[in-house]
Order: sequence, then C-alpha cells, then structure tokens
Amino acid sequence: MAENSDPNAPWKTVSGIGTSAITALLFLFFLQYLPTIAAGDPVRWVVPWIPSLDIDLTFWIDGLSLMFALLITGIGAMVMLYAAKYLAGHPQYDRFAIYLFSFMLSMLGLVLADNLIALFVFWELTTFTSYLLIGFSHAEPKSRRNALQALLLTAAGGLALLAGFILIGVTQGTFEMSELNAAGSLVGKEFYTLILFLVLAGAFTKSAQVPFHFWLPNAMAAPTPVSAYLHSATMVKGGVYLLARMHPSLSGSDLWIWILSIFGAVTAVFASFMALRQTDLKQTLAYTTLMALGTLTMFLAGSTGYAITAAMTFLLVHSLYKAGLFLMIGVVDHSTGTRDADLLGGLRSAMPITAAAAALAGIAMAGIPPFLGFIAKEVAYAGALEMHLWLFIVPMALIAFALMFAVAAIVAYKPFYGPQGELPHEPHEGPWPMLLGPVTLGVLGLLFGLVPGIAAYYLIEPAVAAVMGASDEGGRVKLWAGFNLPLLLSLVTFGLGYLIYFKHQGLRERLARIEAKSPDLDASWDVFLDKFMGFTKLQTRLIQTGVLRQYMFATFAVFALTVFVTLMARDVGGLALGLGGLGFMEWGVALLIIAGIVLVVLTSSRIVALVGLGVVGIGVALIFIMYSAPDVAITQLLVELLVVVLLALAFLKMPNLDPTGEQKHSFPNAVLAVAVGTLTTVVVLLVVDQPFDRRLTDFFEAASWTEAFGRNIVNVILVDFRTLDTFGEIAVVAVAALGAFALLKGFARARNAKGGEK
Amino acid sequence: MEALTAIVIGVLTAAAVYLMLARNFMRFLFGLVLLSNAANLTIFASGRMTKGAPALVPYGEDAPIGVVGNALPQALVLTAIVIGFGLLAFTLALAFEGYRRMKSVDTDEMRFAEPKEDATK
Repeated sequence: MAENSDPNAPWKTVSGIGTSAITALLFLFFLQYLPTIAAGDPVRWVVPWIPSLDIDLTFWIDGLSLMFALLITGIGAMVMLYAAKYLAGHPQYDRFAIYLFSFMLSMLGLVLADNLIALFVFWELTTFTSYLLIGFSHAEPKSRRNALQALLLTAAGGLALLAGFILIGVTQGTFEMSELNAAGSLVGKEFYTLILFLVLAGAFTKSAQVPFHFWLPNAMAAPTPVSAYLHSATMVKGGVYLLARMHPSLSGSDLWIWILSIFGAVTAVFASFMALRQTDLKQTLAYTTLMALGTLTMFLAGSTGYAITAAMTFLLVHSLYKAGLFLMIGVVDHSTGTRDADLLGGLRSAMPITAAAAALAGIAMAGIPPFLGFIAKEVAYAGALEMHLWLFIVPMALIAFALMFAVAAIVAYKPFYGPQGELPHEPHEGPWPMLLGPVTLGVLGLLFGLVPGIAAYYLIEPAVAAVMGASDEGGRVKLWAGFNLPLLLSLVTFGLGYLIYFKHQGLRERLARIEAKSPDLDASWDVFLDKFMGFTKLQTRLIQTGVLRQYMFATFAVFALTVFVTLMARDVGGLALGLGGLGFMEWGVALLIIAGIVLVVLTSSRIVALVGLGVVGIGVALIFIMYSAPDVAITQLLVELLVVVLLALAFLKMPNLDPTGEQKHSFPNAVLAVAVGTLTTVVVLLVVDQPFDRRLTDFFEAASWTEAFGRNIVNVILVDFRTLDTFGEIAVVAVAALGAFALLKGFARARNAKGGEK
Repeated sequence: MEALTAIVIGVLTAAAVYLMLARNFMRFLFGLVLLSNAANLTIFASGRMTKGAPALVPYGEDAPIGVVGNALPQALVLTAIVIGFGLLAFTLALAFEGYRRMKSVDTDEMRFAEPKEDATK
C-alpha cells in the first residue's frame, strides 16, 4: 500500500529538503521566544490589512500559540523530511511538497492570528490545503470523495464560525482575540448562546467530534506523512486550539460545561472502542486521534487549573507520540507492504530502530512512567476529579485510557514481537530520513517525562496561563505526585488495559458485529449529498425555467416590491397632484399619447400597433416642443420615424401578432403592469415635489458662452462639457449597428445560399 | 405640467411592462419602445419643465435672460433617445434573426440557449 514507487529514487530534492529546512528554521525562530513567553510577556505584531474596515493582520504569541507553533514547525520539518524519502520518485512529489508547505503556513497563521477575521481566513486555508492533501491520490475515486467530504464538513463548520466571529465583533466592538479575552467573559452577555453554538459548530467539525467524526478516519486516504501531520499536531487540533483560545471568553457557563463534557467524553469512548475494532493500523491510529480530540474537548469543559493543565499536557504528549506512531506505521508499511495488525509480528530483529521508536511512542501513549504520557494521565485524573461532572467524566476517562493502553500495545508492541505472519515483502530497516522523526519524537516524550520541569516551565504552564486568562501557580506537572487517587486510577487503568489487550481478538469480533448493526453515518452522508443535489436541481428547474416572460415577471415584481416597501418604510406623506392651470394643449397631448398607448396594447394588427407607436412618439415630441426643448424634439421625431420604418421593414418578413387571430390577455400581468406604472408615477411625483437643486444648470448657463463660446446651451453641454458622454453614445450606436449588421448579413447570406440551392 | 407628465409616464410604463410580459416577441419590442419614452420623459420632468423658453444665450449677452428651460436634462435625454434607438435596432435584429432560426416569435418556444429538459412537457 505504500504510495511511493521507487526506493532508489533520489530524494534530496530542492522541494523536499528546501521546505523541510525552511520549516526547521521557523522552528528555531519560534524557539527563541520560549524564555520571553515563559516569563509571561506575550508578543504582538500588527500589520495594517483593511484599514477602512478596521481589520488589521495581527499576530499574538502567548504560551498557547507558541506551543502550537513549535509543534507545527517542529513536527512539520520532520514530516517533510520523511515525506521526501517516503514519496521519492513520485511523479507529483513537488506538488505534494507545495501542498504540505502551504498547509504548514496556514496552520501557523491559524494559531498565531490575533484578529478573528484573519483567524477565519487561515482556518479556511487549512481546510483547502488539507483538501488538496487528503485528495492527493486523485486518480482514486475514494480519495476524491473522502477529500470532498472533509472539505464540505469542515467548510460548513467554518461558515458557522465566521457568523459567530462577526457576532462577537459586532456585539463586543473588537475582533482582536487578545482584547476580547482581556475584557472578560462573554457569559450572560447578548447573543452568548448563539455565539457559543456557532463557534462550537466550527470547532467540533474541525476537530471531528461525534457526530461529525466520520470524515477523519476517511481522511486516511491521504499518504501516511499527511496523516501523521494533519492528525497529530495540526489540522484536527485546530478546533481544540480554538476552544482553548476562546476559553477565557466563552467558558464557565452550564452550556459550555455540559456540551463539551458530553461531546468530548462520548467521542473519546466511542473512538477508543472503534480503534480497538480496526485491523488496519493506520485506521486504528485515526480513531485514537479521535479519542485524543474527545479527551481534550472534555477537559476544556473545565476551568480549574488541573483540568486545563491536563488538556495542555495531554495535547503536547499526544502530538509527540501520535506523529511518531503514524510515521512509524509508514516505515513498517514501506518496509513490509502491509499495515494489517493480524499479519504483522516479530519485526524487531529486522527493524530494531523502528521497534525502539515504536516502543518509546507506545509507552508514552499507554501512559507508563517515567514518560510524559504518564504525567499527562495523572494530571488528567486529577483534573477529572475536580470537574463538575466528575461522576461522569472519571469513568469515561478511565475507559478511554484503558482502551488506549490496549491499543498502544496493539500498535507499538504486537508488530515487533511474537510470531511473524505472511508479509508481502521481506522486512528491512527504514532509511534514516524516515527514522529521524519517530526517534526524535519518542525520545522527547521520554525526556520530558524524566525532567518534567522543563516541559512544564517552558511549554505547559505558559499555555495553561494563556487558556485560563490569569497567571497560574503551576507546579502540577511532576513525575511523582505521591500516593493519591489519580495514582490508584492509573493502576486500575493498567490492569484493565492489560486485560483488554489480552482479550482484544475476541472483543474485536464482538465490536465488528455491533458496528454492523448500528447506523452508518458515513453512508448517510452520501444519501444526504444525493438528496441535496436533487434539491438543487429541483430549485434550478423552478427558478431557471427558460421562459422569458417568467424572468421578466420576476424582475418587474421585485422592482415593484422594493419600491413599494421603500415608500412605505420612508413614510412619504401626502402627494399633491397639481393638475390645475393646464390648458387645452397639455390635456390634448396627454390624451393623444394615452390613446396611442391603448392602441398598441389592444390591437392584434401589426400596422395598427405601428401607428399607435408613432402617435406616442409624436406626442412625446410635442411635449418637448412645448416645454422648451426644440433640439430634443427634433431628435425624437427623427428617431421615431426611423423606429417605425425599421419595425415596418422587419414586420414584412415576420408573422402576425396573434397567429390564432385572438389576443390573449393575462390578468396577473395586467395587475403587475398597473402596479409598476402607478409606483413609477408616485416616484416621479415625489421627485418633482423635492426642492430643486439648480447648481449644475446655473453653471452651464453661465459658462456656455463665456467659456465654451456656444449660445445653444444644450448643444454646448453635448459637444463640450460632457463630450465623453456623447462619445460613449456614439460608441453604443456603432456597436449596436455592427451587431445588427452582423446578424442581418448572416441572414442574407443564409438566404442567398438557400436560393443558390434551389 | 410635471404632474400630468408623471401620469403619462405611469401609463407608458404600465403599458410597457404589460407588453414585455407578452409571449410574442414583437410585443416585447413595442414595450421596449414605450419604456424608452417613459424613461426619457422621466429624466425630462425631473429637471422641471419650463414653457416656451429654450435654453439659448441671446446675441450680445453672456448668459440667458430670465428663466429658461433646464438644459442639462435635455442633453441627457438627447443621449438617451439615441441610445434607446440603438438598443431597439439591435433587439430588432436579434428578433429577426431569432425568428429566422427558430421559426417562431413566441418566447416560450424560443429556447435556443435554455432547451427544455424533458421533451414530454
């Protein structure tokens, strides 16, 4: 199943080593901030972005973002080096390197952004880049489908998140996370519940909490380095990061405690059972990632020092061992050609370094002293005991950790000891670029456990302080905390976990049977998508009918409605219909025009309609003549003449208006027409009722002779003051003439061709 | 006169809308002609109407004497009339060519760009 084709292909490419080296440099860059942040001085960078909307690109480094930044760049550099070898010789490796590097940068932006809008943009960028990574083997339909599923689910959550952020910005007056957290909790404030739901929708889809979990195991369609990266420290931790980042603002309410506790605990326990059920080791690890995400969410429900310390310690431990294990599985897969837990065994002698790295990561995962994983588990139990819902959380945590112990043994112990199964390839040790990552991460897990003070002082405690929004006394992360309840729970965990490992084959079969009977969310997703597509098709058929009248009707109806609503909302008051003082001429012209209109509307004869149009045109010209616009009147008469001539010419070749001889009238159309007409009259009356602004007219009257040396002001405006308008007008006429010419010439040619055939 | 013109504009618009909602494309064209007239009159009336005083500067003067017709809307209407004519000419050519190709002026039948999905209906 290994995606690469050629173990002898050159791997020291610019795209491989280059991206890895840049990421390593970034890691060093962030490393230098450790003392500053540990001393409690957050760093803030501001870059103006959209000044008109008051949106700046602000970055904020505190304990939380620094820990994430170090994990992202540190693990990123190792994963990129690993991928260079793992995918060496792959024809699209360069593309892969670019995807992976862009993903790393997006993730870095996400954890460093202080502005919520910037955070959202980076959030979506990680969604897009992870889509490209998950669907990297795009020739396989399954890859494409799983990538799209991850994209749609997390992007939908992202939209909810944006809505939540905007609500926060609008109600709180700032988009800066640091200012929001400093301003105190949002609990009980306006829209708190809505904001909480929207933010949680984003966080839960991204961090794959039940019931949005199903995209995560599917995302294993990606090459192993991607899984190692996305599912250890990055992508899926985005949601957890968000929960931690917004903890000071949103936590503490009953809603927060209940939702996070229940979703987190259910996800953790469900995922650990599912992990036990898998035989593909990569799938097993995918579900243990879910378990970790659930556990983190569950502890973020709390607000006590131990709960948050548990979350942050577990986050660090999990990132280290999970990346290591994924990479290790990749090495095993690469070497033996399989990831099946039932086949693998006894690889220790052939792959000693891999086995050692696996042991380091596995012991950390199982939570055995003196590894950091043990400390994380101790603190977690201490935290769980302090929480509001401890009666629920402690047993759930116990089940999850015990299952983790068993799964750790399946993943990290079983492939290397015991009898060897039938393997596709003869096993051999992996190359050093692929071993560097797992070994380094495994050793770190041990070192941090032996000297917990370093990890606590530089990483965990600053992160805890950032999440709790207050300086915290610390001192909870230690290898030996004395004989207490957490230690007892740890011992129970080991016993239970050992028992489960011993019985895991039988349990797996039983779980498989339960799974077969329970509803399949993944399949429901496909059904949902199909239904949704059906709905969009139906909607398109309803809206986009292809019938011009319906489009026109909709257009006019919307016009009428908007004008009507606006008029009602503005309360325009009474209308003065000043019809007094008008003479015979005025009334005569108006009636002439209306008579022409009636003729056009009611006739079935083309010639009568043309006559009606002519009457209307001449009536309008008369208005222009009477009211001081002789130039306009001349143009109107000329154009009217041309219109009638053109229409008459065209109608010679076209059918009657009503082929059946009878004109069909439509009542709804008439109602809409009268409505639009009436509204237009009202609007014009309102316009002429306003005080008149003569400034422009005064300017033209004064400047016409003195500046442009013309006595006909209308002409001067056209050819001098507003020449560009006239130029545009000429262009329009020229384009229309060209278009008409092209259309009609095509007609003439076709007719000639037809004549020639005859 | 503005009030009466407003009524004329309303009638013109109503008739234009009614004709543009008809199935026959030629009626749509009539509607277009009426609508341009309504638009021109609207611009003209919005600039206020002055009777019998064209916007001219008499010889020997630097500016018009007394109140004359508002020159600006007249200039705009002149442009609009010509553009309306261009639009009509082009639409007419389209209708003409459309009729030649589809042998119909019924817009329900003229479905070159958006053909019907099911042939039964």
